[in-house]
Amino acid sequence: MTPNSSDSAESSAPHIDDCEHTSARNARVGLVLFTVYLALYGGFMGLSAFAHEQMARPVLAGVNLAIIYGFGLILAALALSLVYMVLVRAPAKGSEMHSSAAKGKNGGEDRR
Amino acid sequence: MIHISSPSAIGVFLFFVAVVLGISFYLGAKAKSAQGYFAAHGQIPWFVNGVAFAGDYLSAASFLGICGMIAFYGYDGFLYSIGYLAGWVVALFVVAEPLKRLGKFTFADALDCQFNSRGIKLAAAISTLVISVFYLIPQMVGAGALIQPLLNFPHWAGVLIVGAVVTFIVVTAGMVSTTWVQFIKGSLLVLFCLLLTGMILQRGLSVNPSGAAERPYQAFREVATSELTSDPNLTVVAEDGAWKGKPFVRFENRETGKVEVWHKDDADGQRLSETQVATVSASGDKFVNGYPRGNKEGQRQLRPVGSIARLPEGQSETGPLGPLAYLSTLQNSEIVLWTPLTIDEADGAKSTVYYQKRAAGNDVLTPGASPTFKGVRGNEFYKKLDFLSLMLALFCGTASLPHILIRYYTVKDQAAARKSTVVGIASIGFFYVLTLYLGLGAMTSGTLDVSNSNMASPLLAKSFGQIPFAVISAIAFTTVLGTVSGLIMAASGAVAHDLMANVMKIEMTDHQKVRVAKIVAVGVGVIAMALGIVFEKMNVTFLVGWAFNVAASANLPALLMLLFWKGTTKQGVTAAILVGLVSSLAWILLSEQAFKDVYGLPTSYALVPFSQPGIVTIPLGFVVLVAVSIITKKPAAI
Repeated sequence: MTPNSSDSAESSAPHIDDCEHTSARNARVGLVLFTVYLALYGGFMGLSAFAHEQMARPVLAGVNLAIIYGFGLILAALALSLVYMVLVRAPAKGSEMHSSAAKGKNGGEDRR
Repeated sequence: MIHISSPSAIGVFLFFVAVVLGISFYLGAKAKSAQGYFAAHGQIPWFVNGVAFAGDYLSAASFLGICGMIAFYGYDGFLYSIGYLAGWVVALFVVAEPLKRLGKFTFADALDCQFNSRGIKLAAAISTLVISVFYLIPQMVGAGALIQPLLNFPHWAGVLIVGAVVTFIVVTAGMVSTTWVQFIKGSLLVLFCLLLTGMILQRGLSVNPSGAAERPYQAFREVATSELTSDPNLTVVAEDGAWKGKPFVRFENRETGKVEVWHKDDADGQRLSETQVATVSASGDKFVNGYPRGNKEGQRQLRPVGSIARLPEGQSETGPLGPLAYLSTLQNSEIVLWTPLTIDEADGAKSTVYYQKRAAGNDVLTPGASPTFKGVRGNEFYKKLDFLSLMLALFCGTASLPHILIRYYTVKDQAAARKSTVVGIASIGFFYVLTLYLGLGAMTSGTLDVSNSNMASPLLAKSFGQIPFAVISAIAFTTVLGTVSGLIMAASGAVAHDLMANVMKIEMTDHQKVRVAKIVAVGVGVIAMALGIVFEKMNVTFLVGWAFNVAASANLPALLMLLFWKGTTKQGVTAAILVGLVSSLAWILLSEQAFKDVYGLPTSYALVPFSQPGIVTIPLGFVVLVAVSIITKKPAAI
């Protein structure tokens, strides 16, 4: 049961227009971008926990690193999702064009 | 603090709520009668769906909790903003595409199709139920916090009103949070917070905040001790009992017959500052500064707080400031923060002394200024664990909440899905940037209720007038209604459908299933109301942080291993979910925070060293899954 307030029918089948190949490529791109973000986030955690004085230093227009880094993480999330959108736009090299194969895999029947 | 309600504010509030509810019911009714709401969603533009992400996701925790935490403690509230948004990155980049490749769109569905196991269904249903209830508590607390300053009802009355209204809605019609309703709510929330931020920047900073019109801010006195000791009306009261060793000096005032409590501002006690004391007697009567609590003659109530002690270069006010200038000015100012200290008196009464403390702005605007996370500034590693554990749980938590991902799949094609995700992240991220300004604006507005951080943002709006206050409260309130009704439906569905029909295999017609779900909805509603009252004093974003800890511990190991490791067995998944759930819950219930804020018992009884379990229980879930999977691995077929 979907723990959600949206109507259950909304969660049934979206149109999946990626074939297996493209999907795999997209997942890889996702993981790479995730790792980039993880490094940024980890940097934030590390600095806050182990180099606290650095976080207090003013770095931009008199505002300290803690705030600028926090804003930066928010912007980075947006930037990375834009990058993701651009990188996965085209089908992967060597993939077949797709819809019927993908539709076959797409189980999405409404359980209720 | 007791609030004064205004008829115009109430009127605007009710009008707003009625309009949003009306649109919601209208669209919900249309969706139910049309065969397959599915038919409509192919037409939902990606931009609308993106903003609906924000409407779905942002709740009392974000608007009330984060702003409140920032208002009282500074930067540490912003940690939640950063963590919540980071969770989206995990959900989208790691989970969404592989999950979709399985042809399934929720955690529960994916597990089900892969293994078709009753054990997993049971574990997933229990997990959904527990997480939904944990998520419900802060929403109910938030609802109470919204109603209180508006209608001047006590907190428990606000919780009961919301609980009853929502349960009624769910049982009779079911509030379908359609994409359009969430779009409206999301846009309104972001737009009004943007307006409020603009007003905060326009107002600038001042050492004499105006406060709210009906209760202007009055500065608290700071004096040389000699001024009080030389006053013939005041006699020093000896330090005895629980007052011994505390940084306070008490004076008995011969004129009023009351005892005044002053805080020692420096080590030698040469300077004293005014405090506020809320006392609950052994028989339950409430007093403020020795007088009965109330608005009438001879009664007192807690005064609003929130001010700057000193601005850079000795200015008394700055005038309008740009966004970065606002922050840098605050960093270079001295801010007055208020801290509570509870004293158990000899006669069984409990006094909470709220006292002032000056803090350097830059200190307040870096991590570790709050009591929960101050360990991050120390040298001992394990004291930093609370901070690291929270950041990990928030990072992992969003992807572990099954209902979050569904919206990703509700547009017509992949390109639209990704575009709507970008819009969603942009809206949510932008909103979180605004919460920093709202929190800091509240911190310096002279409107804060020193006994409750959840009301900081509505009270801040009050300092700009009754109408902004009513409008913001209405928007936040409808957001809470939507979230609460969705959670109650989720929890009741988990019981009726998953537990009873799938696990216990009780045969029910569709009609019976709906009836059972409604009965369970009432039960869940009652539990939520009771817990909302018990947890009144806890900051709501802190409570949601706990919900994230539980979700990440219970669901994430199973979800990730299911997607990425072929050796996962159904027993491994079941064990991981149950162990993650039980361990994180037990940890939370045995933590210092729970002892202090929930049970009201001494924190020395707490069994665990820090309050956020994630850093222990999330890895534990992975370890259990791998170990049990290896043990229960089926031998390879020949």
